[in-house]
Amino acid sequence: MIDRLTEHRSLDNFDLRYVALILAILGIGVLSIYSLTHAQQGVGTPYYLKQLVWIGVGVAAFVVMWVSDYHRLARLAYPAYAVVLLMLAFVLVEGRTSKGAQRWIGLGPYSFQPSEFAKLVLILVLAHYYSKAPRMGWLQRVIVPGLLMLPGLILILKQPDLGSGLSFVAVYAAMLLMVGVRSQALGVILLFSVMLFPFAWEGVWGSLHDYQRQRIMAFVDQDYDPGGKGYHALQSRIAIGSGELTGKGLYGGTQSQLKFLPEGHTDFVFAVYAEEWGFLGVLVLLVLFVALIWLSLEIASKAKDQLGALLAAGIVAMLCFCVVVNIGMTAGMFPIVGIPLPLVSYGGSATIMTMASLGLLLNVKRRRLSLFY
Amino acid sequence: MASGNYQETEFGELHRRLAILRLGLLLVVALLGLRLWHLQVREGPYYRDLSENNRTRLMLLEPARGLIYDRHGVLLANNVPSFSLYVTLEDVKDREALIQRLTDLLGRDPALIRKKLEGRGSKSLPRKIKDRLTLRDATVIESHRLDLPGVMVQVESQRNYPGGMTAAHLLGYVGEISADQLEKPEFSDLHQGSVVGQYGVEKSFDRHVRGQAGQKSVEVDALGHEKKTAVVDKPQAGNDLYLTIDIRLQKVAEELLGEESGAIVALDPTNGDILAMASRPVFDPNVLSRELTPKQWVDIVQDEGRPLNNRASQGQYPPGSTFKVPMAVAVLESNTMSPSNTVYCNGGYQFGKRVYHDWKAGGHGAVDLHTALVHSCDVYFYTVGQRMGIDVMADFGKEFGLGQGTGVELPSERSGIMPSTSWKQQTKNEPWLPGETISAAIGQGYVTVTPLQMASLIGTVANDGVSYRPRLVRAVMDRATGNLQELPAVPRGKIKAKPETFRLIKDALADVVKVGTATKAKSSLVTIGGKTGTAQVAALRTGPEEQVPKKFRDHAWFVAFAPVESPRIAVAVLAEHMGHGGSAAAPLAKEVIETYIKLAPQVPIVISKAAKPEPARRSTEKS
Repeated sequence: MIDRLTEHRSLDNFDLRYVALILAILGIGVLSIYSLTHAQQGVGTPYYLKQLVWIGVGVAAFVVMWVSDYHRLARLAYPAYAVVLLMLAFVLVEGRTSKGAQRWIGLGPYSFQPSEFAKLVLILVLAHYYSKAPRMGWLQRVIVPGLLMLPGLILILKQPDLGSGLSFVAVYAAMLLMVGVRSQALGVILLFSVMLFPFAWEGVWGSLHDYQRQRIMAFVDQDYDPGGKGYHALQSRIAIGSGELTGKGLYGGTQSQLKFLPEGHTDFVFAVYAEEWGFLGVLVLLVLFVALIWLSLEIASKAKDQLGALLAAGIVAMLCFCVVVNIGMTAGMFPIVGIPLPLVSYGGSATIMTMASLGLLLNVKRRRLSLFY
Repeated sequence: MASGNYQETEFGELHRRLAILRLGLLLVVALLGLRLWHLQVREGPYYRDLSENNRTRLMLLEPARGLIYDRHGVLLANNVPSFSLYVTLEDVKDREALIQRLTDLLGRDPALIRKKLEGRGSKSLPRKIKDRLTLRDATVIESHRLDLPGVMVQVESQRNYPGGMTAAHLLGYVGEISADQLEKPEFSDLHQGSVVGQYGVEKSFDRHVRGQAGQKSVEVDALGHEKKTAVVDKPQAGNDLYLTIDIRLQKVAEELLGEESGAIVALDPTNGDILAMASRPVFDPNVLSRELTPKQWVDIVQDEGRPLNNRASQGQYPPGSTFKVPMAVAVLESNTMSPSNTVYCNGGYQFGKRVYHDWKAGGHGAVDLHTALVHSCDVYFYTVGQRMGIDVMADFGKEFGLGQGTGVELPSERSGIMPSTSWKQQTKNEPWLPGETISAAIGQGYVTVTPLQMASLIGTVANDGVSYRPRLVRAVMDRATGNLQELPAVPRGKIKAKPETFRLIKDALADVVKVGTATKAKSSLVTIGGKTGTAQVAALRTGPEEQVPKKFRDHAWFVAFAPVESPRIAVAVLAEHMGHGGSAAAPLAKEVIETYIKLAPQVPIVISKAAKPEPARRSTEKS
C-alpha cells in the first residue's frame, strides 16, 4: 500500500489499459461513421469530422471529471439536477424538433440534448442520496429515490424519448439493486423486469389493436419507422446477417451505404459495423466492451467509500444497459428504442456524457487511496 | 472502517452484488454473441441474399423492333429513341403522394397513373407509367429524382413510321400488351409494358419483328436511385421485314383515293405479291402507337368513317357487275350456254310477278356472253343465273376464293359471303328463294366480297386460273445471323377450266376497256382488261343520282389486269358511294396500272435486292 501511495499521481498500467479500451471503441465508432458517410456530399462538415470534434470535447470532459474530487461533484448533485430539470422543461417549450420529438436545445449551429446529461446527473443525485441519507425503511430506500427520479423521467417521456426514459429508469433500478433493496429476491425481480421489459412490451404490444398501437406509438415513439413497423428492424437484421463471418469490408456495406438501413450513423451504427466487419469484427467489439465494463466493475468494487462505489456502480450499470439494449435491438432481440451505442454512435451529447462518466469512474479509482494522504 | 457496522455490511453487500452484476454481464454478452453468431454465421447466407435483393433491381431491356422495308428496301417503319417513365413499387413509400407529385409534374390524369400502378405484376419490377415523355418532362423528372424514390426515366426505342399515314392499314401499329393478350400462350414470355404489334403486319408478323427482351441488373439505393448498372442479357433486336409492296405505287393508290372512302388493291397475279393496298379513310400509326387517352381512343373508334377498318381486306361489299367475271366462267364451264348462244335483252327480266330491270333502259337486244360482259348486260346474267341455279354459282365462286379469306397475312381478314342454299339454311334457317338467285347473278343480294378477294379473283382469271395466296412479306432478314430469307410464293391451285374459257373471257374484258363500259380506263401505254361494277347500297332509290344522300349512293367497282397479253398486275378498285364503276373506279385503276408499268417496265419484273439495308438501319437508329 505504501508503495502504491508513492505513485498514485501518475498514470498506472490500469489507467493506460482503461484509456486504451476507450480509445479503441471510439476508433471503431469513427471508422464506421467515416465508412458510412465519407461519400455523402452534404453541406457542412462530414459526420466523422464532427464526431472527432465531439470526442475532443469529450476528452476535455473526461479529464475534468477525472481530476476533480467526486465528493465535491456529489455535493453539487441537487443543484445540477435542478438545472437539468429546468433544461428539460425548456426543451419542451423552446426545443428544437427533429423527427417529431423535441429533444434538443439549439446552440447556434449545434444542438444539445439535455436528456443525455440528465442520466449522469441522476447517478450523482442517487449516489449522493444513498451515501448520505439514513436508509432504514423501504420508504427511504425505494420511494424517495423514485420520487427524485420521477420529474426527470416525466419530462423526458414528454419529449417523447422512450430510449432516454428507459435509461433513466435503468439507472434508478441499478442503484436500487446495488444498495436500495435488501432483499436479493426483490433485486433479482427488478433486474429481470428491466431486462425483460422489452419482451413484456412485445407481449402487451402484440395483444393490442392496430389503431391502439398507432396511438401509443404516435405518443411514445415518433421517430422510428414512419413507413411501417418492421422495415427498420428487418433492414438492420439484414445488414448484420449479411456481414457473415468476415464482413463486406470497409465501404462494402451495401445495406448501409445504399441507405436501406436508416439511422446508420447514430442508433444503428452497430449494424453498419457488423455488416462491414462481420462476426469476427463483432467479437472484437464485444470483447472491448466487456473488458471496459470489467475494468469499470473493478473500480466499483475497489472504491474506497460508499459514494465512490455507488457512482461507479451507477455508471457501469448505465453503460451495460445501453450496450446490451442497443446491440440487442439492432440484432432484432428487442423492439427498437432509441438508445445509442456508447462511444460508437454519432452524437455530441451522448459521446461527451459517456466520456465524462468514464472520467468520473477513473476519478473514483484515483481517489481510492486518498485516505492515506 | 470507522463508520460503523451498518455501513460496513452495506459495503460488503455492494461487493457481492457487483459480483452478481459481473456474472450477469457475462451471461447477457454471451447471449448477444450467440444471437449474432446465429444471425451472421448460421443465417448469414440467407441475409446476404436478402441484401443482394435489396440493392439489385432486375430491369427488362426492351428489344428494338425489327425494321420494315418495302420491296425495294425503302424504310417504312423504324425506331427512334424516346423517354419512358418507370416506377418500382417496392421503392415507393407513399403511393398517393407519388401519384400527386407525378400529376403535378407531368400534368397527367391521376386516374391513369393510379391504374398503371395498381395493375398486376411484380412490385420489384419497374413498370412503365408513360412513354414518349417530352424532353421537358424527362428533364423535370430527372431534376426531381431525389425526391421521387422509385421513379426512373429510361431511354427506349419507340416505333416510328417515317411515312406517316402511308400504308398505315398494312403496316398497322404497335401498342402496350393488353391484359387479355398477356393471358394468351403466344405472349407467355412477355410482361406488362411489353410492346407488341396490334394491327397490320406489325401484328401478324409480331413474332418475327418483336425481338427478345434482355435484362440488366441495377444497383439501387434505398430510394430506388440507380447507382451501378450491369447488363446481364443484351436484348435481341427483332428481325427485319421486306414487304411485297412498292411504296411508290402505294402512294399513288392512296392519292387516287384522296379524301373519298374506298380501297385499292394491286397484286402480281404470277406470285400473289401485293404491290399496293390502300384504304381510306386512314389513321396515323404514329399516334396510335403512342399511349392514347381513353377519349382519344373513343374518338378514333367512333369515327363514322371507321378509319381503323382496312377496307381492302375487311370491307365487305356486294361485288355488283364485277361478279359477272366468275359468272362467265361458270356459264362456260357448266355448259349453261355456249359462247355464241344469245339471250334477248329488252331491258327487263320477268320472274313471277316481279320484273328485274337491266341497268340500260330499253335493253341491249340479242347478247352473247362476249357482249354481255362488254356492256354488262344484266338480263343475260339473270337468265343464265336462273338456269344454272345458286349452288352452281356458289361452286364456281368458291373456286375463285369467294366466301372465304384469302389467307393474306393480315389480322381479322373478312371472308365475304358466297351464298348457296345450304348457306342460307344454316345461317338464316330459311329456304333459298328463287328470286334471290337472280339478284345473286349480278352480284347483289347476299353476295359480298372484299376488294382483296376481287383483286385476287381478277388476277386468277388473268393468270389463266393459276392462283397464289396474296402475300405481304417477301423476305425476312434475321438479325442474329444476318441471313435474308426469301419467302416462297404460296400456290393456291388451279381453277379447273378450259384454257379457251379464260381466252374468251379475257378477250371480252379487254373489249370492256376498248369499247365497253370502262373506256375511261383505256391506256395508251398498255393493254388493260377489266370489268366495271356498281354495287347498290340502298334497294329503293328515288330521283336522280345527284339528289340521293351520299351515304345511299352506289359503290363503284373496277377490277382489271394488264397487260392483257401477259398480265403482270391485277387491280381492284372500290370507291364507296361514288356511283358508276366505269366513271368513278376505272380511271383510278388505269392510273395504278400505268404507274406500275412505268415503274417496272421489264418483263418479267426483276425484284431488286433490297438496296443495302445495313447502312440504312444504322442511320435511322441513330437519328
